[in-house]
Amino acid sequence: MSTMDDALNTFVAEGRELLEQMEESLLQIEQAPDDAGLINAIFRAAHTIKGSAGIFGIDYVVAFTHVAENVLDRVRAGNLTINSDLVALLLAVRDHLGRMLDHVAARSEPDAEIHSVSERLVEQLRNWLAAPPESAPRHEGEAAGSEVEIESRSDDYGQDAGTELWHISARFNIGILRIGLDPIAIIRYLGTFGKIERIVTLTASVPTLEAIDPEGCYLGFEFAYRSDADKATIENAFEYVAEDARIRILPPHSKLSEYKSLIDEVSGDDLRLGDILVHCGTLTQAELEEALVLQATIPVEATVPPLGEVLVQQKLVQPEVVDAALDKQKQLREKHSGEAALIRVNAEKLDQHINLIGELIIASAGINLAAARSGQPELQEAASLLNRLVEDIRDSALQLRMVQIGATFNKFQRVVRDVSKEIGKDIRLEIAGAETELDKTVVERIGDPLTHLVRNSMDHGIESAELRRARGKPGHGTLRLNAYHDSGSIVIEVADDGGGLPRDKILAKAIERGLVKPEQVLSDSEIHALIFEPGFSTAEQVNNLSGRGVGMDVVRRNIVALRGSIEIDSSEGVGTTIRIRLPLTLAIIDGFLVGVGDSSFVVPLEMVVECVELSAAEIEAAQGRNQLDLRGEVLPFIRLRDLFEIPQAAAPEIGNAQEILTQGVDDELAFLLEPVRRENVVVVDYAGRRAGLVVDMLQGEYQTVIRPLGAVFNGLQGISGFTILGSGQVALILDVPGLVRRVAAHEGLRKQLSLSEAC
Amino acid sequence: MAKKPTQRRLELSGEMSISTAGAIRQQLLEALSGAEIVEVDLGRVSECDTTGVQLMLAAKRQAAQAGKTLIFADHSAPVVETLDLLDLFAQLGDPVLIRSQV
Repeated sequence: MSTMDDALNTFVAEGRELLEQMEESLLQIEQAPDDAGLINAIFRAAHTIKGSAGIFGIDYVVAFTHVAENVLDRVRAGNLTINSDLVALLLAVRDHLGRMLDHVAARSEPDAEIHSVSERLVEQLRNWLAAPPESAPRHEGEAAGSEVEIESRSDDYGQDAGTELWHISARFNIGILRIGLDPIAIIRYLGTFGKIERIVTLTASVPTLEAIDPEGCYLGFEFAYRSDADKATIENAFEYVAEDARIRILPPHSKLSEYKSLIDEVSGDDLRLGDILVHCGTLTQAELEEALVLQATIPVEATVPPLGEVLVQQKLVQPEVVDAALDKQKQLREKHSGEAALIRVNAEKLDQHINLIGELIIASAGINLAAARSGQPELQEAASLLNRLVEDIRDSALQLRMVQIGATFNKFQRVVRDVSKEIGKDIRLEIAGAETELDKTVVERIGDPLTHLVRNSMDHGIESAELRRARGKPGHGTLRLNAYHDSGSIVIEVADDGGGLPRDKILAKAIERGLVKPEQVLSDSEIHALIFEPGFSTAEQVNNLSGRGVGMDVVRRNIVALRGSIEIDSSEGVGTTIRIRLPLTLAIIDGFLVGVGDSSFVVPLEMVVECVELSAAEIEAAQGRNQLDLRGEVLPFIRLRDLFEIPQAAAPEIGNAQEILTQGVDDELAFLLEPVRRENVVVVDYAGRRAGLVVDMLQGEYQTVIRPLGAVFNGLQGISGFTILGSGQVALILDVPGLVRRVAAHEGLRKQLSLSEAC
Repeated sequence: MAKKPTQRRLELSGEMSISTAGAIRQQLLEALSGAEIVEVDLGRVSECDTTGVQLMLAAKRQAAQAGKTLIFADHSAPVVETLDLLDLFAQLGDPVLIRSQV
């Protein structure tokens, strides 16, 4: 029973994945209706879901998908052209399949509503099936007039190869060199508008030196070729040799049966052409096997055997057909695993694993400390080795949780498509940085805020087509999602080329709502940030379009909860870019340990820029202001001692690190190592803003497992968590973004004060 | 006592193309007939086309058949480029110094 359950769960999970791929392909195909690869991907998704559902006997899925598959098959055969109506219908089919899978997952029988939707969709699909076939045999006539054969994409039985490469097979007449043509020159020429990925030079027919005709041509070539050029261009490369050569050009994603016929036709010498195709990367091993199976099935179907043999043959053929079908399934799965080689792991197990590694890090820090205290070199060496390994294991464990943001971004294709239809604007989505990785937990929690921002941009940001044209912009709006890494954070941008935020209207609204005093002087970015204030809901904002549930303040709260921040870059009439900055991971960080009095603090290492000494002269120069002249730049700083009200220790405690150093060392050296009482400034950088943190002691790098603070400490400023040091002491993790913001706010206030003083 | 194998060194220069193929074939045949180990220096080959590649393969085949050793050495840049294009280094089996692109 439980294996069945597992299998069913896998079916649901795979089905959902396939539906996602299907959606993605459907959204792309609107732009490229002739892309055979996309059509095949959509077809395969439907086909696989139907097949697997059949295994489990989920008849309502089978029956429904079957009709959709028929329509897709006609598209694939070129009898039906994809247009936006069909895409809309197929998207509806996809959504409906999604709902069916929900029922499968919940082990519940579909309700009447599902069935009625099924009926409606099936009816619509049938209309497409009834449409007369279009007579547009696109491939005929292309190869005419030339000896160069281009394998056309026939619609015969067989599956497409997964390769994106052209495969070119070339054999030459022996006399070709004598008429002044050189095959190598052609290959070089092909290299000018494409790339020869793999080549196999066939040398089997080269005779010995005694027997060779030095001016004869004996070489043949099989190569995989990557190029965006069309068939005609590639064909032209062989134009001059056409009469003296046998050239076969198979476009990317050709039918396996075509490769098969290539194998049959071309193998003149002692070659295993099939293996060469695999070697060239044109076919996978599985595809080759599949192609060879075709050999067994097709001729029997094609030729009519003598009557008496039919039954015998059918008996013979039957298992092979079954084999072919099974192979096809196997191949699909292998292709799947070959591409990604993924294992599904329960997220809980992974979290537990990460937790254990967190404990390991703390334990290893303890061992390090004990080893250092013991003064035994072997133990110290072993401990440092252990430490390094633990560091590596931490990195790889964190890597396990990293996922690409692309999948999240791609979901917005659909959102943008649907919303733009709904509000009657033509909006295109551009995606960049899809391969940027970030923590799975972050990805999961970023979806809702992003959706809100995207909808907001479409609703309020991008103007109507008329207004856009009046402003001299293209009629269609563009929404851009971008992600990239920046100093230990991931930055996600939602950008539109819309009207931008109306600064004055926002300010007026804010003053009206009492968020800002009329006499306050605010920078543009401060005004833009006002839209994140609670009570500044979208509905009341500048545009009169209705808001959608969550306000921008909720977006900001969500982002802040992830230890991130959000900022707006907008210029009126040109567009708005909303930039979300998030930590790469939530669990473990590389920290920089600092000491103030008896307390220890951890600063996330990636935010530390440098450490400088705060000399008495500099304090003097600052004249009581908390500012420092850092190589000609003003650096505001915060004294952690003041911030956290740490009492001045009467005699400076000797820190652990110093204790170790001084132990067992002679007195003179100990004196030299004795910390001189002076302050240090740790310069931190967050989102391009710098601030200094004044501390007593710098204690070096430290790996840290972040532990969240208990509910009692909710609302505590400047602290984002705590950690346990190897010595068992507790160290607080500083909330650098918060501190930097605080310093900046102080500065803003001071500027304001000095301004009002000046008035 | 085994006799020390006779060695010969042949230096090819200029084009290895269809216009010189006949002559190069002769040179290679002569070298192979007169010695057990032949080293062919390709350092001054200025050009190599299909015929050149074929002669190299044929000479290897000839030597193997006769139980002799034929080594191509000091491949010039044009030879390296051609052999690289056709992915033939492994088949010829001679050590090749890949020069960094200047």
